[in-house]
Amino acid sequence: MNFFTHFGKYILMLKGMFSRPENAKLYWKEFMHQCSEIGIGSIGIVAIISVFMGAVSTVQTSYQLVSPLIPLKTIATIVRDTVILEFSPTLVCIVLAGVIGSKIASELGNMRVSEQIDALEIMGINTKTYLVMPKVAAALLTIPMLVVISMVLGIYGGRFAGSASGILSPETFDTGLMENFMPYNVTFALIKAYTFAFIISTVSAYYGYYVKGGALEIGRSSTTSVVVSCVMILLADYVLAAILL
Amino acid sequence: MIEFRNIQKQFGDKVVLAGVSHVMETGMANLIIGTSGSGKTVLQKCLVGLIEPDDGEIIYDGRSFTEMSHEERKLLRQQIGMLFQGSALFDSMSVEDNVKFPLDMFTKDTLAAKLKRVNEVLERVNLSGSNKKFPSEISGGMKKRVGIARAIVLNPKFLFCDEPNSGLDPQTSLLIDKLIYDITKEFNMTTIINTHDMNSVMEIGDNILYLAAGKKEWTGNSKDIIFSDNKQLNEFIFASEFLQDAKNMRKLEAKGHVGPDGEIKG
Ligand SMILES: Nc1ncnc2c1ncn2[C@@H]1O[C@H](COP(=O)(O)OP(=O)(O)OP(=O)(O)O)[C@@H](O)[C@H]1O
Ligand SMILES: [Mg+2]
Repeated sequence: MNFFTHFGKYILMLKGMFSRPENAKLYWKEFMHQCSEIGIGSIGIVAIISVFMGAVSTVQTSYQLVSPLIPLKTIATIVRDTVILEFSPTLVCIVLAGVIGSKIASELGNMRVSEQIDALEIMGINTKTYLVMPKVAAALLTIPMLVVISMVLGIYGGRFAGSASGILSPETFDTGLMENFMPYNVTFALIKAYTFAFIISTVSAYYGYYVKGGALEIGRSSTTSVVVSCVMILLADYVLAAILL
Repeated sequence: MIEFRNIQKQFGDKVVLAGVSHVMETGMANLIIGTSGSGKTVLQKCLVGLIEPDDGEIIYDGRSFTEMSHEERKLLRQQIGMLFQGSALFDSMSVEDNVKFPLDMFTKDTLAAKLKRVNEVLERVNLSGSNKKFPSEISGGMKKRVGIARAIVLNPKFLFCDEPNSGLDPQTSLLIDKLIYDITKEFNMTTIINTHDMNSVMEIGDNILYLAAGKKEWTGNSKDIIFSDNKQLNEFIFASEFLQDAKNMRKLEAKGHVGPDGEIKG
């Protein structure tokens, strides 16, 4: 299948997602379940990468800023901006594409292959709405939250690494942190987070929902979904930066 | 009543259904029989719209299913129960939740009422006591029975069963056949059963459609089948010597030469 067939089918899936729920209560339950799967399920990995990413940025920034003319607190400013602008939204979402994307794709793929999706259809349930919509909505709600948590932890990790390796004291770091802060950067990061959350959830749902074949194809399509989401995220990252910065 | 005319389906250049027409009667067990790979599953899926046929028309109680919109089909499907060949249980849910799911989705009953109904149907399929088990923890035959329980929990008007008793021992198999047959009569359902089980054919075959080479090769009921001289059907149904003997016995019985206890008369 070529790009346009995939894209058309993808758009039709998105369109099919919007229909009246047969039973609002069950849909809400499914949404809550997905929030916990997607959001709470990924907090651990997000925390780990954020702390280390912040720590490494502090160490590497100080390594690159050798000039004595530049005050130490600038390190904190640079760490803050890279974490907020790029590391937290993009890097975290790339990792989440692997964690959440493969989970969504293999869950839906398994349901497709074992005819569970057909069983739902036969009951008179719109499976695109029941299975895909809550995942997309949960991703849109929780991924930006994870990104915000990641920003905080990233900066904190940088602050900790700064004092632990004797590069700059926490007080200097805090001074740098407060300097020239542009709230727009956070807005921009959140716009990115929403976009990436949409990409991750819909692309992986697409690859899972339309799996044909058996267990082998489930694995294959969950890999494809991760690769495609990552490429799309990077592409969107560039486009958003070009438009909004 | 489900009537279908000239159903055709091919995958690539493999013709699976080459124009099949038949009427599935209300209040009867309508059997689709045929060798493995003859297209029974494909035909059943065409009838419920999981596979779009290439050609032909399907009519549910006088309403054309073929021409229905997606929404209309959705509404009709709330009256359809279906057992899949591979059971298709939701593997993230316990047995109880699987059976309860349609009730949760489409009724406003209280939890107690729903659980009562769930236990009722689980009992009918001889599975009371397995409520909290997960599909991965039960045997293939048990999965089949949970699948049946889930299919009948809402008392559907149309019941589709794809090989309800493959993988079951003869005794349970008979029990399941009887269960499906009884509820069909009790609730006047239109029941369509795919099978290649000889016992089912003889026990519950009210209206049998024999598929071969993508065509309707023979049709009739379990009495007609004994006297049929269709060679292909005979070879398929009465495959073993034992079954041949059984068939001849029935023939003699029907002609009054043998009594019901096997005693030979005149
Ligand atoms: N999605 C599909 N794509 C291609 N070929 C298919 C597909 N589904 C079924 N077939 C082919 O259609 C034919 C009939 O399959 P079907 O599953 O209906 O057989 P069946 O009569 O139900 O057999 P069994 O008794 O073993 O269940 C088979 O030859 C199968 O290879
Ligand atoms: Mg089959």
